[in-house]
Amino acid sequence: MRKRFLGYGVAVLGAVTVTLFVGWWRVDGPGATRPEPLLPSALTAMEFGLIDHDGDAVGPDALIGRPSMVFFGFTYCPDICPTTLSDISGWLDALGEDAKDLDTIFITVDPERDTVEAMAEYVGHFDPSIRGWTGSLDEIMRAAEGFRVKFVKVATEGGDYTMNHTASVFLYDASGSFAGTIDYHEPEEFAVPKLRRLMANAAAEAA
Amino acid sequence: MKIRHTIAFCGLMVSVMSGVTAHADSSEVAVKNAWSRASIGTARPGVAYMKIVNGGDEPVILTGVRSGIATMSHVHMTSTNAEGVSSMAPAHDIKIQPGKAFVLEPGGFHVMLMGLNTAMREGESHELTLLFSDGDPVMVEVPILGIAARGPKD
Repeated sequence: MRKRFLGYGVAVLGAVTVTLFVGWWRVDGPGATRPEPLLPSALTAMEFGLIDHDGDAVGPDALIGRPSMVFFGFTYCPDICPTTLSDISGWLDALGEDAKDLDTIFITVDPERDTVEAMAEYVGHFDPSIRGWTGSLDEIMRAAEGFRVKFVKVATEGGDYTMNHTASVFLYDASGSFAGTIDYHEPEEFAVPKLRRLMANAAAEAA
Repeated sequence: MKIRHTIAFCGLMVSVMSGVTAHADSSEVAVKNAWSRASIGTARPGVAYMKIVNGGDEPVILTGVRSGIATMSHVHMTSTNAEGVSSMAPAHDIKIQPGKAFVLEPGGFHVMLMGLNTAMREGESHELTLLFSDGDPVMVEVPILGIAARGPKD
């Protein structure tokens, strides 16, 4: 009688152990399926309508046919955005003549303050090939969703606000496929070869 | 055991005494490579960068900044999380150890100038006052570079 109880006990313990082990294996162990970070979509899979800093209607299709780099920011940003814009201006300088074959787009996450005029005034201070895009908040949100960009408005002292946002630069090939990122403030010696590779691939495809 | 205690006690006394006798002194603070970007008008916040070196023997604590051209100025830190989202947060009471420097540079710490009462024009300069918990404030003349400037002129 006693022996039988002991047998049940061992069986139950064994079952519990197996269950726990299987749970661990699947959730935390080597068998766990980690959620894949979402990559930015292809430009051809995106749908949004914005206005560039010259007042022309633009969308993802405006970037098909040439390699491009796209990043998000806002012009009331004192540190990250001017730093990114000057970094990019430096990369374009380093590319020299080849820079003319690349589209560079700065999309605002703060359309409330970044009107077409505000964007025009701002981007005019950086490399002339940089285009500034703005539009309605809804369309900016659709664009951000396509690029997997996050942004949020944050109140600051004195009734003002600032924006937290994804600061990476997204690279796209001429067909509109996502081709990688350049991280915020990545050194020029890494950024420029990435751009050269992007453009060499585009040239090879065109040939 | 007893010896160890005695040593520990002596160490404690030394640190207590040095805390009493030595005085953190902002006159030993040197500021290098200060620069600002030019602003577009006065609506957008301005920024200033620099390297603050503590040349003294005691830590100094930077408690704040004052600007002659902005109604509010704070030391802010830009940080980027694992998802690549960048944000800014005020940094309070920054302790600079003796012989060490506190560096404000693009993408990290910066002085944010809010409520500009004058545009920051390239080629001009503006005055910042660094406030320390001990010692006198330190005045810094900050040259204004172009809006697309990437660092100080050496």
